[in-house]
Amino acid sequence: MNRLAVTVAGVTFRNPVITASGACGFGREYNHFYPLSRLGGISVKGMTLRPQEGNLPPRVAETPAGMLNSVGLQNPGVDAFLQDELPWLEKQDTRIIANVAGHTVEDCEEIARRIEGSAVDMIELNISCPNVKQGGAAFGTSCMAAAEVTAAVRRYTTKPLMVKLSPNVTSITEIARAVEAAGADAVSLINTLLGMRIDLRTRRPILRNNVGGLSGPAVFPIAVRMVWQVANAVKIPVVGMGGIATWQDAVEMMMAGASAVQVGAAAFSDPMAPVKIVDGLAEYCADQGIESISEIVGSVHPWE
Amino acid sequence: MLQGNCEILKREQLTETIFDVTVSAPEMAAKAKAGQFAQIRAEGFFLRRPISICEIDKAAGTLRFVFEVRGGGTEALSRLAVGEKMDLIAPLGNGFTLLPQGEVIVIGGGIGVPPMLGVALSYHGRAKAILGFRSRSAVILESDFIRTGQMPVVCTDDGSYGKAGVVTNALVEQIALRRPDLIAACGPEPMLRAVIEVARKEGIPCEVSLEQRMACGVGACLVCACRTVKNGEEHLRHVCKDGPVFPAEEVLL
Repeated sequence: MNRLAVTVAGVTFRNPVITASGACGFGREYNHFYPLSRLGGISVKGMTLRPQEGNLPPRVAETPAGMLNSVGLQNPGVDAFLQDELPWLEKQDTRIIANVAGHTVEDCEEIARRIEGSAVDMIELNISCPNVKQGGAAFGTSCMAAAEVTAAVRRYTTKPLMVKLSPNVTSITEIARAVEAAGADAVSLINTLLGMRIDLRTRRPILRNNVGGLSGPAVFPIAVRMVWQVANAVKIPVVGMGGIATWQDAVEMMMAGASAVQVGAAAFSDPMAPVKIVDGLAEYCADQGIESISEIVGSVHPWE
Repeated sequence: MLQGNCEILKREQLTETIFDVTVSAPEMAAKAKAGQFAQIRAEGFFLRRPISICEIDKAAGTLRFVFEVRGGGTEALSRLAVGEKMDLIAPLGNGFTLLPQGEVIVIGGGIGVPPMLGVALSYHGRAKAILGFRSRSAVILESDFIRTGQMPVVCTDDGSYGKAGVVTNALVEQIALRRPDLIAACGPEPMLRAVIEVARKEGIPCEVSLEQRMACGVGACLVCACRTVKNGEEHLRHVCKDGPVFPAEEVLL
């Protein structure tokens, strides 16, 4: 009996640790450090309909306990994913989540249509990229736009549909409810928080895009809070992410209400971080006499 | 690419801001090529620091890093003492082409000099080095370059040591004396631009090592983009995986 197995929107993951989109490419690089079969799954680099070059450099600025990035969804496009990356990824014995990041509703529909017959296990509809001018967070910051794109993709896919939410909104629970009503099977959160750094000497923003998305341990408490709020606002499962770096962080995120977690920037400090989290969760379950890690999901006892 | 905690065997301060650290890393050294780099963890900082490999000793199983303190992260690295461990991911990137025969000119500018020592050493006497520094107090590794089998040409911007002026003056002179089959360079962008221009005019193949802010260092996160041209099309490629060494005709500086 695998204590770590979790089921999200009908998809069973061997453990609740998924590498987050944008942090692990299509999995090939980190496969040098550990077999991808050690993971619950991989959410691949956000893909657009056509290849995209992304923003000019510099695209990264370090911050206390984290980093800003402004990559801007550089990716080879959905067809290259299906042709060049997916056949390899299918052989790695891990769940595959396709992160879909179209510029328009029609783009998102078309990407979902092309993925439909493939071995992809789940779609993660990215309505929250802060680094692109079209699509991205423009979808994720209005309930109406978020619901529209979710409903549109819903019509083109039979795969479980997870929607990745932006924290750069007044009320993330309203967006979560809107995408739930539009047919989402799960939500994942949080994408990065919009931030900025300035070089004192040149008086220029460090990022060529001026602003970028903050990730890393710096955002973890915000992510825990938002996951807790959203888990209490919707009936569909929540996948929690944002600054998770240790197994203790993963447990905390699950107690807040996450059915599974995604790990991103932590791998930049320690490539083995996702696997260490898996091992830590296994030990935690054994120590605590927990039969199934799902028992802890949403188990926080909030103060009255 | 391997990850490991590597014991520091030797540590020296070369100038006010430049440190010289040798670590025990037999498996990494066995795989490493001149021009590759390591991602080094700096205590208290979220991102690793990409540092070029200065010298690879496969027999001794060591890697040598010569780096400049530029901020808190590299300052933390500079404080590590002999006997302490350095957390490395290495070797990373592609490294310079190593011609099986023929001669090369290697050019280093400032903190771009250290990786070129490894390149020059791997040519066993077939490499002539031209090294550029701001002034006498910034000159590093001159005696190490003598071990390459040819005396290096040292230039300083202010003329306080060696030849006065920029490395490209010395490059033009060297080409006239003995035309190389390849020019390999690492240094500040204005220097690289000038070197590429000389190589282009002379019709000599040239490779340059680029620098960019990095996060993962292994090709996954895509932050270390650089502008390149291939087959007439401009593309953003990545210094950590596609580079750091690029053919001169492919880079847009």
